[in-house]
Amino acid sequence: MKFRIYRYDPEKDAKPRLQEYDVPLDPHDRMLLDALIRLKAVDDSLAFRRSCREGVCGSDAMNINGKNGLACITNLKTLKEPVELRPLPGLPVIRDLIVDMSQFFEQYHSVRPYLVNDTQPPARERLQSPADREELDGLYECILCACCSTACPSFWWNPDKFVGPAGLLQAYRFIADSRDQDLNARLDDLEDPYRLFRCHSIMNCVDVCPKNLNPTLAIEKIKDLMVKRTV
Amino acid sequence: MKLPTRRFDALIVGAGGAGMRAALQLAAAGLTVAVLSKVFPTRSHTVAAQGGIGASLGNMSEDSWLWHMYDTVKGSDWLGDQDAIEYMCRMAPQVVYELEHMGMPFDRNPDGTIYQRPFGGHSMNFGEKSVRRACASADRTGHSMLHTLYQQNVRARTQFFVEWMALDLIRDADGDVLGVTALDMETGEVVALEGKATILATGGAGRIFAASTNAFINTGDGLGMAARAGIPLEDMEFWQFHPTGVAGAGVLITEGVRGEGGILLNCNGERFMERYAPNLKDLASRDVVSRSMDQEIKEGRGCGPHKDYVLLKLDHLGPDVIMKRLPSIREIAIKFANVDPIREPIPVVPTIHYMMGGVPTNIHGQVVVPEDGNPEVVVEGLYAVGECACVSVHGGNRLGTNSLLDLLVFGRSAGDFIVSRNLPSFAQKPLPPDAGDASLARLARLDGATSGERVADVAGDLRRTMQSHCGVFRNEALLAEGVAKVMELEARVARTSIGDKSRTFNTARVEALELDNLIECAKATVVSALARHESRGAQARSDYPERDDVHWLKHTLWYRDGNRLDYKPVHLTPLTVDSFPPKARTY
Repeated sequence: MKFRIYRYDPEKDAKPRLQEYDVPLDPHDRMLLDALIRLKAVDDSLAFRRSCREGVCGSDAMNINGKNGLACITNLKTLKEPVELRPLPGLPVIRDLIVDMSQFFEQYHSVRPYLVNDTQPPARERLQSPADREELDGLYECILCACCSTACPSFWWNPDKFVGPAGLLQAYRFIADSRDQDLNARLDDLEDPYRLFRCHSIMNCVDVCPKNLNPTLAIEKIKDLMVKRTV
Repeated sequence: MKLPTRRFDALIVGAGGAGMRAALQLAAAGLTVAVLSKVFPTRSHTVAAQGGIGASLGNMSEDSWLWHMYDTVKGSDWLGDQDAIEYMCRMAPQVVYELEHMGMPFDRNPDGTIYQRPFGGHSMNFGEKSVRRACASADRTGHSMLHTLYQQNVRARTQFFVEWMALDLIRDADGDVLGVTALDMETGEVVALEGKATILATGGAGRIFAASTNAFINTGDGLGMAARAGIPLEDMEFWQFHPTGVAGAGVLITEGVRGEGGILLNCNGERFMERYAPNLKDLASRDVVSRSMDQEIKEGRGCGPHKDYVLLKLDHLGPDVIMKRLPSIREIAIKFANVDPIREPIPVVPTIHYMMGGVPTNIHGQVVVPEDGNPEVVVEGLYAVGECACVSVHGGNRLGTNSLLDLLVFGRSAGDFIVSRNLPSFAQKPLPPDAGDASLARLARLDGATSGERVADVAGDLRRTMQSHCGVFRNEALLAEGVAKVMELEARVARTSIGDKSRTFNTARVEALELDNLIECAKATVVSALARHESRGAQARSDYPERDDVHWLKHTLWYRDGNRLDYKPVHLTPLTVDSFPPKARTY
């Protein structure tokens, strides 16, 4: 199978290049990650992240034929050759397919992604109705792979000021949690021309999310809550 | 050469469930803590756990920690230490409630309590019938738990060293552990990290086998570090085969599928577990189900063109249950097995999943080794928690849901114990002058080698060797040959070379360093398995088919030096209740 892969090692390369590979595959190779591992056995200098190989850890996000996705759950049969692999767009490249995700995680951390409830907890669990728990479905499953935020033009332009779809999805995950008591502070924090309102509903995030989550919908719900509290 | 050094009260190597649970206790006490991880914390392998956390909350059926304890002792085939098991099962409800208070998105019952599902080997009233004990967040319990723990660490401002690989323990002449050497993967820099307490929380080593549910990062790094520092590894012959890995792909299908009512079928459409475990059937413990499946396949009742797998049927649960309780399983089956379980069964085979053995510890997480006739003398400064540790709550076979529980209970207890030692009040001992020499020599060899075997080739041969010589059924000849082959592989590991000499994010170097750890885990496993002349838990010897409590009710200790073996007694006395004496194990 033919590949064109973005290569860049700051110690050797003045600028990035695309390297062509032709990898003989084994009949058992199913996913793009299988092919990359086969390729790395031949050329050990190709650098990429990977771990769980089943789409739950979020390590191997990359740009695959122009679209962000996870290598481990991208079936080789769906790919047109030569398969062009690039690092996630918009983040600084450390080497080859490995990007510096600091800005992405800073934005995630900025939404205070943890439950805030300062009342004394009961001796047992806090109760939550199944309906309230269902509000978290489609939110808590995020794997922080960054496919969405790095597909978002608003995030490309303002990665330091716009929280981005992944961070906002998690902001809403805590806003929506019946156990959380910090709604107003959470909304105040996002009521800002950049942090939330740089989202222009382009919906690239929805298009690329490997877990089929919908950050745009979560962002709309945050905006609705902001409107509601002003009236 | 002197390494740059950084100093903390405590170091935690690994940011999975156990490491991050320990970090929370230390952070709450105001200690300075560094948590090192090869991957961003939420990418640790805890994320892949699916089915649930075992705790006798009794939300959906009557339950008690004593029943949980009995099931765990029986599940361990009596090799588990009953004091540690009592401690874990008594603590279980508390650590689950704490996790809920932290924000864990557990599924809920109509009354608002945590949803619990049945799981293999968990029973009511000492084996009478199945019990609902697994506290679940759909089939993403590990993901939910790992993210919740990370979120709380964000709140606690824990200092993470992300994409740092620990290389070796630093021990001084007294044998005390003073910290670790570590590689910053992004820059290639090697640093000595000093700590008055070093906690290994590096997870398992499932990547010593070819077919494994484990992530690529599960290379037994903490075990390799301990073994090279002269610390023995305990009970390494006990490796759990999970009954339901996707045939051909190895990806895990949770036992929660059977907890929700899924069943295993052979090629005749027969629910064969009724024959092997008339009471708990498909929810017998994992070693029993895996052996039964292998037996079916061996006797020609496997499915498919090569009759080499069995079928996991769940379509009768209906789309609602599957979509609500097992959504990720459906995704996995569609992606990795080309079947939609709403309509068709999933082809599954027993697949390496969990390492019951590890670095020997007590219930405070302190690493303990034999010395002068005392089987458990504390190694000052060193702790181990989670899958890399052997405390031993799992003995010869772990029950499903007890792994996440183990992480929470012993991560917390090690953290609490270290806090109680009041570390800031005493001085850090000086590093020995040769601290770092061993690590630098390993790196220098890799940098200097211009020819040699490829790391991927040697690692591949190691995995295939372990798979064919240390599988579900073992015997003397197979294991003896396995030992010989693994020792040949050890020599090859020392002669590998890498083409990539860059310092920047050199993943080839990382994989070569991981191979140093894999080979120690493989040697420990196969040497310990060869010596144990009995069948117990996950160790099934066709030449010694019975459990032998007279000679083998004891823990194995493997030392790297000369492949030496030693043994120590099992703790049969619990903390407060009567002992559960060994008896025949049926389900």
